[in-house]
Amino acid sequence: MSATLATVSYIGATILFILSLGGLSNPESSRRGNLYGMIGMTIAVLATVFGPQVTPAGYVWIIAAMAVGASVGLYAARVVRMTQMPELVALMHSLVGLAAMLVGYANYIDPAAAGTFKGAEKTIHELEIYLGILIGAVTFSGSVIAFGKLSAKISGKPVLLPGRHWINLTGLLVVIGFGWSFINTHAVADGMIPLIVMTVIALAFGIHMVMAIGGADMPVVISMLNSYSGWAAAATGFMLNNDLLIVTGALVGSSGAILSYIMCRAMNRHFIAVIAGGFGTEGGVPAAAGGVQPAGEVVPILAAETAELLREAKNVIIVPGYGMAVAQAQHAVYEITRHLREKGVNVRFGIHPVAGRMPGHMNVLLAEARVPYDIVLEMDELNVDFPETDVAMVIGANDIVNPSAQDDPASPIAGMPVLEVWKARTSIVMKRSMASGYAGVDNPLFYKENNRMLFGDAKKMLDEVLVALKG
Amino acid sequence: MPQVIGVPKETAAGEKRVATVPEIVEKLIKLGFKVVVQSGAGDAANFSDDVYRAAGAGIAGTAAELWSASDIVFKVRAPSPQEVEMMRDGGTSSTTLVSFIWPAQNPELLKQLAAKKATVLAMDSVPRISRAQKLDALSSMANIAGYRAVIEAAHHFGRFFTGQITAAGKVPPAKVFVIGAGVAGLAAIGAASGLGAIVRANDTRPEVGDQVKSMGGEFVPVDYQEEGTGVGGYAKVMSEGFLKAQADVFAKQAKDVDIIITTALIPGRPAPKLITADMVRSMKPGSVIVDLAAEQGGNCELTVPHEVTVKHGVTIIGYSDLPSRLSRQSSTLYATNLFRLAEELCKTRDGIFNVNMEDEVIRGTTVVKAGGITWPPPAPKLTAAPPAAARPAAAVPAAQKGHGEAAAPASARSMAIMFAVAAVLFWFIGANAPAAFLNHFTVFVLACFVGYMVVWNVTPALHTPLMSVTNAISSIIAIGALVQVAPPMLENAAAAGDRPEAWILGLAVAGVALTSINMFGGFAVTQRMLQMFRK
Repeated sequence: MSATLATVSYIGATILFILSLGGLSNPESSRRGNLYGMIGMTIAVLATVFGPQVTPAGYVWIIAAMAVGASVGLYAARVVRMTQMPELVALMHSLVGLAAMLVGYANYIDPAAAGTFKGAEKTIHELEIYLGILIGAVTFSGSVIAFGKLSAKISGKPVLLPGRHWINLTGLLVVIGFGWSFINTHAVADGMIPLIVMTVIALAFGIHMVMAIGGADMPVVISMLNSYSGWAAAATGFMLNNDLLIVTGALVGSSGAILSYIMCRAMNRHFIAVIAGGFGTEGGVPAAAGGVQPAGEVVPILAAETAELLREAKNVIIVPGYGMAVAQAQHAVYEITRHLREKGVNVRFGIHPVAGRMPGHMNVLLAEARVPYDIVLEMDELNVDFPETDVAMVIGANDIVNPSAQDDPASPIAGMPVLEVWKARTSIVMKRSMASGYAGVDNPLFYKENNRMLFGDAKKMLDEVLVALKG
Repeated sequence: MPQVIGVPKETAAGEKRVATVPEIVEKLIKLGFKVVVQSGAGDAANFSDDVYRAAGAGIAGTAAELWSASDIVFKVRAPSPQEVEMMRDGGTSSTTLVSFIWPAQNPELLKQLAAKKATVLAMDSVPRISRAQKLDALSSMANIAGYRAVIEAAHHFGRFFTGQITAAGKVPPAKVFVIGAGVAGLAAIGAASGLGAIVRANDTRPEVGDQVKSMGGEFVPVDYQEEGTGVGGYAKVMSEGFLKAQADVFAKQAKDVDIIITTALIPGRPAPKLITADMVRSMKPGSVIVDLAAEQGGNCELTVPHEVTVKHGVTIIGYSDLPSRLSRQSSTLYATNLFRLAEELCKTRDGIFNVNMEDEVIRGTTVVKAGGITWPPPAPKLTAAPPAAARPAAAVPAAQKGHGEAAAPASARSMAIMFAVAAVLFWFIGANAPAAFLNHFTVFVLACFVGYMVVWNVTPALHTPLMSVTNAISSIIAIGALVQVAPPMLENAAAAGDRPEAWILGLAVAGVALTSINMFGGFAVTQRMLQMFRK
């Protein structure tokens, strides 16, 4: 295969990748979109392998490596549970980061790759290597920590070192300093030391950054790491003078950046504030910042009474949160939904953008439980309908249904868009206990006159509700 | 030693309610109390002695026996002089009485109770605060009265409530006008609209308009500027100008509607006369007026308390015992209110009442404490719905932007700064970078924009598949590793001589393996997820 043919194949692959992302604009076309992605990837890999840059001597190695990787990947994709998707995605980000590091190092020690560059070109090339490894390392270690946090191998609480901003700043300066000396070296062996020191700092920075971020900010972190893995690919593309990598990396990078932006907006927070970590720590003690203490009475309710309310309702909105994922309650939710829909009850789902641990997490869980996607709606589509709703059921969510985001300007979550469940005739909140949400803010919803609390494990309670509904 | 709660048979004529029901007896026993019920106390509400016994209550033969055996007495109506006589005398064993008392109307009764060194909690004096709602017996009773008012009206009204088209002709729906949208009024609105009538309602407090609508009624405002909300969410006396405007509205409604239900009460005052004799005369023959304020003198001039009369062809119902006419329901709700009060008084669940005057709710409810009259209580600290405080707080708008409309346009200043920074950056790159780099840079910038446009169109429901597919796509980095596995020998063979083959091969093969995990795993898991999305 000639070099031009390989280039044309790359252009084809690029177009297919763009179509692949475009296909996700709705569930109908999304499967085809994924297919485009696969075809694009196949073309890109084949064009490279049979292109001018790979000699037949490497085929054995390539096939062996890909066979190993493919079997691991396919196995993981098959066994992963939908509730574990955030963990899987984090782990995969870390692999991209690691691969970017490896490619960067390999490229640096390969004299054939650098041999033809002179002057500014050489500087830029070395800068590209340096940056590629830097981003790759941060992505790698950050994703590994994110994986640990999501799978509860590491505590979800933010770990805040004293003077953490100064630590980060010092790290950045050291990295820049070594970058300077790296560019000014001539022999490969001389450049190795700055490169390794930078890698270690970058790895430490990735760890430190994600450790400082709390569990419920995870959607932002995951999308941010998603973005980084894209930039890592783009940097590698610059390093290798490969436009396909640049384009694909930019696509992935901007996709992750947009997702991060959407998530931040859904929490009414600045991206910088999330990355700097430690929610509520800047604003003093959260309890004190809460302003007005909610007055009123918490009214508990039993599963049987919940079933009674649901049976008599005409319009029901279910608001799931991370608690539903933790309790694996999505199937029970679906059974209840199906039962009510057969009875002619209009059941819909309201999804807050940051519900769960990654963007769109709730949608995937509900889809897994066979809930039809046309009754799963976004917050903005549904918020106007709450006044006409008989029962709003909140399953394992807290901050995203907190009225003080709208009513109480002193609240730490003031201004965050929330689902207005309290406007429904009755709202039922399923929770394990009265503990406050991630934001540490008391939720006045629980004290509202038309709110009922159904305490207990979401799955167990929903099963009881279902039995009562059928009985 | 647990205290004994006694429940006597009500002595007032026609009173069918009873202060506890078997279901609640069990709960009171769980709180640690002993319960004694007078024989026959629940008969009128269809609760036999046997059911009480089965629930764990003792049965006392006579009233005297019961009163002497009880440390605490639960009653519905205020005690009669004979009953006060039967209370224990003074000392540490004096009786605690819980019932309706109406202390404002019955100062004599208060004195007699004080003379007995009793402690008295008046269920009509429960403060109107959110926390005390569960023991608000007035609301429970008003709810029943409102419902029953509609049932009584239906009984005396010669037509259907709901409109029908039948083979025998068209039936127009009944029109009901409810005056006063408190608990009773709202219950009446709900019951009447449930029966299919057209319901309108008026109240001096404009903020109840939404509540009226929520119960299925239409709010008829009086076009006159005056705020009618008094202390504790009750209505207050209005100015003369307002009253005139109000009378005009009522006169107009009287000519149009078939049924009027009046529930207007102002605390501690005789009921306002809202329906004049002229208005009654203007109503259609066969119309019905139910006057829920009959006991306080009536909202209608022609009401005869406790009686049903027909004046000018209009049936005027002045019953004052509507809750008692639904005795089983009202007994159950009242008993629940009393139980909630018992919970408040016995937080330790040891069967001993602790009348804690520090507690705002208990302080307000207690009218006699160990022989000392403690009524009226100090003014309540906050009302049920402080309108002045609530309004500005609710005015914080939530910044809500629809998905896809990329936020609000940034301010001109920040836009200018952004452009300036971008311009400097581009100039720097243009001045220093070699041409080959710029080609790639062009591609990069354009790709960022394409990505931006494409990704904004992704539906939020598919954000997780989006992440996993971008993840799979980012394994394109495999190409970087692939080209390093076995590159063709370049012309500068001299440099290639010291190429660390083993190292590069190892790194590249590891890279290929790692990215293949992503490549295959990412696409496979995306496919698995997308397959689940179905209509």
